[in-house]
Amino acid sequence: MGNQQTYFKRATLVLVMLAAFGLWLWIMGGTALGAANPGGQGSSLPWWAWVIILFVMTFAMGIVAVLGGVGGGVIFVPIVSGFFPFHLDFVRCAGLLVALSGALSAGPGLLRVGMADLRLALPTALIASAASIVGALMGLALPANVVQISLGVTILGIVAIMLLAKKSEYPEVKESDKLAQMLGIHGTYTDFSTHQDVQWKVHRSPIGFGLFVIIGIMAGMFGLGAGWANVPVLNLLMGAPLKVSVATSKFLLSITDTSAAWIYINSGAMLPLIVVPSLIGVMLGSWVGVPILTRTKPTIIRYIVIALLLFAGARALLKGFGI
Amino acid sequence: MSPLKASEAQLFYANLLNRLTLIGFALLVIAFLVYISGLLGSYVPLAQVPSYWTQSSHHYLQSAKITPGWSWLSHLNYGDFMVYIPITILAGVTIVCYLGVIFKFMKTKEYILVGIAILEVLVLSAAASGILQTGGH
Repeated sequence: MGNQQTYFKRATLVLVMLAAFGLWLWIMGGTALGAANPGGQGSSLPWWAWVIILFVMTFAMGIVAVLGGVGGGVIFVPIVSGFFPFHLDFVRCAGLLVALSGALSAGPGLLRVGMADLRLALPTALIASAASIVGALMGLALPANVVQISLGVTILGIVAIMLLAKKSEYPEVKESDKLAQMLGIHGTYTDFSTHQDVQWKVHRSPIGFGLFVIIGIMAGMFGLGAGWANVPVLNLLMGAPLKVSVATSKFLLSITDTSAAWIYINSGAMLPLIVVPSLIGVMLGSWVGVPILTRTKPTIIRYIVIALLLFAGARALLKGFGI
Repeated sequence: MSPLKASEAQLFYANLLNRLTLIGFALLVIAFLVYISGLLGSYVPLAQVPSYWTQSSHHYLQSAKITPGWSWLSHLNYGDFMVYIPITILAGVTIVCYLGVIFKFMKTKEYILVGIAILEVLVLSAAASGILQTGGH
């Protein structure tokens, strides 16, 4: 009973904080900061105030992202584009660099312990990175409101995936397909939770690789990173163990997002005043978030992330329609 | 015999990635501090940046008279363009790691992976070259 009361109090506190956060963002976005009006006059706040606000916000996002088990980019783009006055071009570039930085930091560790697999990543990364260039070029060429509406729809789709997609810790793969055999996609990693070596292989590679074309285009177009899509394809479709899928997906972002990020950088969408505070904020938030992760209930946080994305997705849609 | 948990190529990639990423992040913090401290001066004055970020990147380039692509290399005496150095390192790390891993795969005669890695380098280099741009909107 006592536990239930504590749980209820914590949940209420989290919901109140979330509501306050949402209200603050909404007020900020709609009025003082001029975020509801892309292409408008901006705000009267000095540049340094923006740097501080962005840093604080992205620090919080970094914590929430780690606790919710999602990448920084998928939270960053819808929230910052929805509630800050920055044009979507700059937000997408910053989003890609935020996701890229997270992947670059996590990549070495994941590769060393064999969780992320280079052989699995190589062909998928090639397809996704080429497609993300196309996505980035499309995103920069299309009118901002069209991209904003598409972003809103995509974010709501991600919410649906997060709510509905199942996960399989060790999917059953009876036999590798020919393509996977040819590319030598298989491996072994030590599962530290069970202290066992897990051998794995994949199947349905051609379909999986085909889906990475769509994933790459969406990553490049919206600057979201693409862990939300990589993991289900690697895990549920191709049959890689969940931990290998999550780790390889994280590593994949360091390649996929690189190509799209270059397109945005070379198109003048890299504003240091937006990119650097965001990048440092999310990174520091992630570092703070990891120890908190061991003391929180992941399910609650996951629902908070879903609520945030739902809110941000709806905001992106409304903004796209000029509401 | 079970396969290696992490191949030699994978470990090589991980170590190189780690070193270059750390250098990139350290330089990013330094360059940004130099930029916002005003030590070097800015091509686009800091106070004017908020008036540009509500518009598209295309509009920003035109209004601030900035040539897209790698033209920033000739303006490294400005703080805002100096930040491009660490960003370029972070965005270029993967290309360097791939170039290194190609030789590892050649050593183990894994020619399909060599081919994939070469194609990836070409894709990333094309993206980084600045050839692929849009006219903006």
